[in-house]
Amino acid sequence: MSSAAASTDASPIARTLPEGKDAKAFHRLVFVVIAVLLAVLPFILYPVFLMKVLCFALFALAFNLLLGYGGLLSFGHAAYFGMASYVTAYAAKNWGLTPELAILGGTVVAALLGLVFGALAIRRQGIYFSMITLALAQMVFFFSLQAKFTGGEDGIQAVPRGNLFGVISLADDRVLYALVAVIFFLGLLLIYRIIHSPFGQVLKAIRDNEPRAISLGYRANQYKLAVFVLSTTLAGLAGSTKAIVFQLASLTDVHWSMSGEVVLMTLVGGMGTVFGPILGSFVIIAMENYLAQFGAWVTIIQGFVFVICVLVFREGILGLVARMLKRPL
Amino acid sequence: MPTILGVPMQALFGQLLLGLINGSFYAILSLGLAIIFGLLNIINFTHGAQYMMGAFVAWMLLNYAGLGYWWALILAPIVVGIFGVILERLLISRLYKLDHLYGLLLTFGLALIIQGLFRNEYGVSGLPYAIPSELSGGQRLPFMFLPNYRGWVVVASLVVCIATWLVIEKTKLGAYLRAATENPTLVQAFGVNVPLLLTLTYGFGVALAAFAGVLAAPVYSVNPNMGADIIIVVFAVVVIGGMGSILGSIITGFTLGLIEGLTKVFYPEASSTVIFVIMVLVLLVKPAGLFGRTA
Repeated sequence: MSSAAASTDASPIARTLPEGKDAKAFHRLVFVVIAVLLAVLPFILYPVFLMKVLCFALFALAFNLLLGYGGLLSFGHAAYFGMASYVTAYAAKNWGLTPELAILGGTVVAALLGLVFGALAIRRQGIYFSMITLALAQMVFFFSLQAKFTGGEDGIQAVPRGNLFGVISLADDRVLYALVAVIFFLGLLLIYRIIHSPFGQVLKAIRDNEPRAISLGYRANQYKLAVFVLSTTLAGLAGSTKAIVFQLASLTDVHWSMSGEVVLMTLVGGMGTVFGPILGSFVIIAMENYLAQFGAWVTIIQGFVFVICVLVFREGILGLVARMLKRPL
Repeated sequence: MPTILGVPMQALFGQLLLGLINGSFYAILSLGLAIIFGLLNIINFTHGAQYMMGAFVAWMLLNYAGLGYWWALILAPIVVGIFGVILERLLISRLYKLDHLYGLLLTFGLALIIQGLFRNEYGVSGLPYAIPSELSGGQRLPFMFLPNYRGWVVVASLVVCIATWLVIEKTKLGAYLRAATENPTLVQAFGVNVPLLLTLTYGFGVALAAFAGVLAAPVYSVNPNMGADIIIVVFAVVVIGGMGSILGSIITGFTLGLIEGLTKVFYPEASSTVIFVIMVLVLLVKPAGLFGRTA
């Protein structure tokens, strides 16, 4: 049997609205709003909850860079998030590195892992790409389960938050929040820059029609690998930051359900939007917090959200807002 | 006791047999995935959950209706197959015109719901399911002790796999199926009811998964999580074999099960990752998969 059927009529999984002339000014406004919210929200909401949202928002933004703009659905992003989290936790706890160095270490490991796995996964396309990334991530899960340094079922607990640059203590939630907010905001700016660079334009061309992009002389595979590594690096940055915030790295971070969760956040927020994953992670984390008492129902409700989003709400929250405003978000 | 490469023969053949059993599950599951993907262009993430449902329906038939293993072997695939038909009609069929990735996301969501519901109801510790009395005991072979049930699992799986292959390659219905896989529009123009064919194909693929679930119930305990881990391994099996060939899926499934069994004997630390490592090697050497065609 052949698995080659008509696939050309299917629209790409994520589409972005064309940008008008005032798009830049509008996005500048969005950035200002986000910056103001970052400054104001810790006075209204619990800072630890916000830090969790920001870590996952950065994770989802990184994931969406790959899916929304590269058209590549990775089902194994937990591997980079979780492995970076382990490395950071280990470096901070056992080597006594300062938090910024520990985070840097975790991020670099995620980048290297992404380079190796990305080079393998982009050898296949579409659905196979998703299955390969999932299988590779499961390999990382089993590795983490058996390896000595990850602490197996216990994970790495009681990771010290330490002193930033060796001087500023992060023990206070408000100080740590400021650091997390800065990391998140810089990550967001970087992703926005990548998407709106010439590199990002080529990526969108490859996403929408790979053979055409190749015939125009672009080496599609190099672009795909580059965006894969960028995405895993930023996912690693998110995982590393999370390890410092919660002082914990565990098997949950590398499990396939974590990969599913980041897909869900992006889907809810809006796959073809720059800012959607932020909103998506806020919604999903808030939902998990309120439903935590109901145990397994969290998974069931996540499943329902998946089904509903795929069937009737494919553009996501910000995708809908963007369409109503007639402006890309 | 005779040994091979320092390993007792009994242990070696025992693990090989267990590998062959896992291999039969890989073969049946990847076969179902390949048939569904071939026609519907959807990767059925719910496949693992449906395998689990097969085992649970067998357990329920025994505990609520008093129907034993042999009834379960027939009824569980039918029940789960009908469930699959309903899923396809109500939900999956709405996605055919969209990117294939949406199918993956939808069936992933469905798997979360199904597994979550069973976890809520039955917990995660697993329920025992006894080996049917006709197949208890075993044969004392010169080199090992062969439990009857384990032998039966391998034989039954082989028969089902080969029967499926024959139906697809040799019958008129199979010819329709192969033709619709190549070009659904043209086949529809010839008057074949392609939407019905899609529905039945999905139902059949799902029934295969449930059949594997019933076979697995006495070997492993009946557990809501039993499908979640195996489905990822089966994805790797599918990447290794390529989904272009029915026979290829069967051979790849059994072979990888055996390799996994061998790894358990000689290097147990790697037994859970060996299939993924093989996937990496295959991707490096032959990216389209061992039996795959480059699209």
